[in-house]
Amino acid sequence: MNEGAARRAAAVAPSVAPSAFGHWWRHLDKSAWVWLLAIAVLLFLVVNPLLRLLLVSFQQPDTGAFTLANYAAAYSRSRYVDALANSLILGVSAASLCLVFGLPLAWALSRTDMPGKGLVWVSILGTFIIPPYLGAVGWILLAGPNAGWLNRLVVELTGMEKGPFNIYSMTGLVLVTACYSFPYVFVFTKSALDLVSSEMEDAANILGSGNLRTTLSITLPLVLPAILAAFILVFLEAIALFGSPALLALPGRFHVVTTQLWQFFEYPPKVSVAAAYSMPLLCITIFLFWLQRRITHRKGYVSLTGKGGERRPIPLGGWKWPMLGYCLFVCTLSFFMPMVVICQAALAKAWGRGFSLDNLTLDNLYFTAFENNLTRNATLNTFLYAGSAAVIAVALALCVAYIVNRQLVGKHVGNLLSFLTMAPFVIPGIVLAIGFYAAYTQPPLVLYGSAWILILAFATRFLPIAYANCNAAIRSINPELEDAVRILGGTRFTAIRRVVAPLLKRSLAGAFILVFIPGTRELSAAIFLTSINTQVLSVLLFDKSDEGNFEMLASIGLILVVITVVLILIGFRLMGRDFMLRRTAA
Amino acid sequence: MSKLVLRNVSRTFGNFTAVENFNLTLQEGELVSLLGPSGCGKTTTLRMIAGFMAPTSGTIEVDGEVISSPTSSLPPEKRKMSMIFQSYAIWPNMTVAENVGFGLQVRKVKPDEIRRRVNEILEKVQMGALRERYPAELSGGQQQRVALARAIVVKPAVLLLDEPLSNLDANLREEMRFEIRRLHDEFKITTVYVTHDQAEAMVTSDRIAVMNQGRVEQIDAPYALYGRPKTRFVAGFIGRTNFVEGKCDGETVDFGGFSVPRHALQTDASLPQDVLVSIRPQSIHLLKQNPGAGGGRCCAQGQVQRRAYLGEYWDYYVRLPGAAQILRATARAQDVFEVSEPVWIEIDTTQLTVIR
Repeated sequence: MNEGAARRAAAVAPSVAPSAFGHWWRHLDKSAWVWLLAIAVLLFLVVNPLLRLLLVSFQQPDTGAFTLANYAAAYSRSRYVDALANSLILGVSAASLCLVFGLPLAWALSRTDMPGKGLVWVSILGTFIIPPYLGAVGWILLAGPNAGWLNRLVVELTGMEKGPFNIYSMTGLVLVTACYSFPYVFVFTKSALDLVSSEMEDAANILGSGNLRTTLSITLPLVLPAILAAFILVFLEAIALFGSPALLALPGRFHVVTTQLWQFFEYPPKVSVAAAYSMPLLCITIFLFWLQRRITHRKGYVSLTGKGGERRPIPLGGWKWPMLGYCLFVCTLSFFMPMVVICQAALAKAWGRGFSLDNLTLDNLYFTAFENNLTRNATLNTFLYAGSAAVIAVALALCVAYIVNRQLVGKHVGNLLSFLTMAPFVIPGIVLAIGFYAAYTQPPLVLYGSAWILILAFATRFLPIAYANCNAAIRSINPELEDAVRILGGTRFTAIRRVVAPLLKRSLAGAFILVFIPGTRELSAAIFLTSINTQVLSVLLFDKSDEGNFEMLASIGLILVVITVVLILIGFRLMGRDFMLRRTAA
Repeated sequence: MSKLVLRNVSRTFGNFTAVENFNLTLQEGELVSLLGPSGCGKTTTLRMIAGFMAPTSGTIEVDGEVISSPTSSLPPEKRKMSMIFQSYAIWPNMTVAENVGFGLQVRKVKPDEIRRRVNEILEKVQMGALRERYPAELSGGQQQRVALARAIVVKPAVLLLDEPLSNLDANLREEMRFEIRRLHDEFKITTVYVTHDQAEAMVTSDRIAVMNQGRVEQIDAPYALYGRPKTRFVAGFIGRTNFVEGKCDGETVDFGGFSVPRHALQTDASLPQDVLVSIRPQSIHLLKQNPGAGGGRCCAQGQVQRRAYLGEYWDYYVRLPGAAQILRATARAQDVFEVSEPVWIEIDTTQLTVIR
């Protein structure tokens, strides 16, 4: 009517060219710029470091000319090659031991009437919370040659001259690695078992198969893909691990890939050689993750896709006490014993003087947390960096998840974005760190020495965790809620600010915590990118391990654990009891 | 003047054509339904009008201004329209009053004015007492009313409804049909209404566009659509019907079992050799005795093959000797015929619709 006529007049009145521009401007969706920005950030965080890593490995350090010399240097010495072999041995043995630890526990908690499930569950969660390198410190206190508690106990009991245990060995390293990786096997297997309906087992029982036979021939094969996937994941964890090998293998005078990489960075850093040397690690990881996806996505195991039907626990009868005993034994190795000795060391005047009241003091903790500048600053940095990294990771992940789910870009671009965001998942932290080092220590952009390189590396490393969570969250929102905002005159940003963000508050806070927790304890990337002014607790703990001041090490570790526990409690409030041990989170 | 014009609008997704050459003109204040089975392209059409999707060819105009064309499309937020969604899309983080006031807030209306208009419209949809509730505390019907209030309060240039009643139970659905029509009569907003439910379309609409496989089959007022369907699809989709094939033979058309004089069949073009007509079940009367032909009626004797009692009426399936097909007829509850009983049918020839 009048309004319409006026608008039409306005559209006709100006001369042709400006009106065409005005038309174009009015019709343009201005939010496109933000999506372009998100893509640029992804290129900066993920693509550039990896490209630089590849590039540097083929360059002469001084001239930048193409060369294969770096690869020659990296694989020329037998001890470099031995380190590769050691990593493989470590990976396979630790992953196998993880199955021995994790499978019975998953089965017992998921399928049986074993008593004490709550205690076992809490202990496994506790194991998850302990950073692997802190576990290694605990095991040094337990099984260090001569002074370790277990050795002293054996000497005490048998009168042997020398304790039998030496944690500074491949066996020790395998044990410690398995202790802190088996929760992955547990989580994967348990969530698969939780989906197997009791009716499947009933069907076998009714045909005359006993409980044991049913479990081995029906239940186990059904969850086999999950177990294989977990095995691969744990293998990859083990070969990418830096902290425990550095604490145990170096004193034991052998190398694995990660410690060898670290040696290449001793002054003067040989970045090109390190880049070349990290390629097998990167390739194995990418290949195995690809394999893992193939396994978990294979069709044919249809029973695992349904809701699972009715489930009844299998009665264990007399076997339930031995079963519980085994569960508690595993938890004792991974959680109770290391935690007890770490608490003792943190609270002792001198840890070697043992468990007595007059040896008790809060001085270590107080000194570490408040008085010592070094540790106090490191604590603050840890919070600041992990927090900033979590904010960046969640914001970016949310952007990408939104772009992809709302199909704001073409399908192929969407797939590419999604792929790039998930890509850090298959990049070992140590390799990512070398990439960052290669990309951002020289002009045009020098980030090395500033806090940003740590923050961005952490953000990139844990971007996939944030993405998996943001993706699930965005999918839970009906797009019509946003359409309703837009048709009533709000822009996309209004829709995000007024509707999407308020609705996602909880899940975003959950994603934040899930990135924050590993951010506070990250070591393998931090160790390459840290400088004197940007120390974090994990790096400090590692640096101080040379000095043999275990009271301080334990105090730092305990502070880390307390931070984590507080965060997890907040997470429980926000997202329910399952949020840490869910498969998506793992 | 015409308010909303769709000119040759098409939309393809890869090889699939969702909407093909859609033409529709809405007058100011008119309510037109897009009616069709699921997947016929009606929601796609609506989303193109709303601006959530651009057409792959053709244009959409409001008040003479092109708002959608294959090259550029005015974003939905600038179209001054509003829409009611299948899921209602009531924002769960806002109260009823905040939901309804949102559009006004975006339009920078003064807070006092917003309060006044929100209260006014909530009274209109009988939700005044629940203004501070959150959506989770409302029933489906109440959410529907909030969605209506939210869409109407901004006085949109065009109101779009996407299957708004499909999530309600049957009784409520019937009530809300009248509610939508009542609000339309009161506010006279130009409206496009998408539905797959013919009763809903017939109660609410001034005109109905029946769609099938991305094409418009017929656009007409409800009465014309039911009484004079132009295609087999429309006749079959709107209400139930019998399709009967006949042969044109001189001055009579023989349907096998009964025949009618050629001039009794109304048709725009000349009658082809093979004729297809649609006969609604309620225009076939069943009788015990021969009523006698003549007076624009034709009769035939047949036999009840099958029957079903549906409370309000009988559903009879009658076989005529010599006819290939069984005819469906509805009869009042008191007209009882047994199975296999001989029965006379009487058809009013003005009720025959020639499809081809």
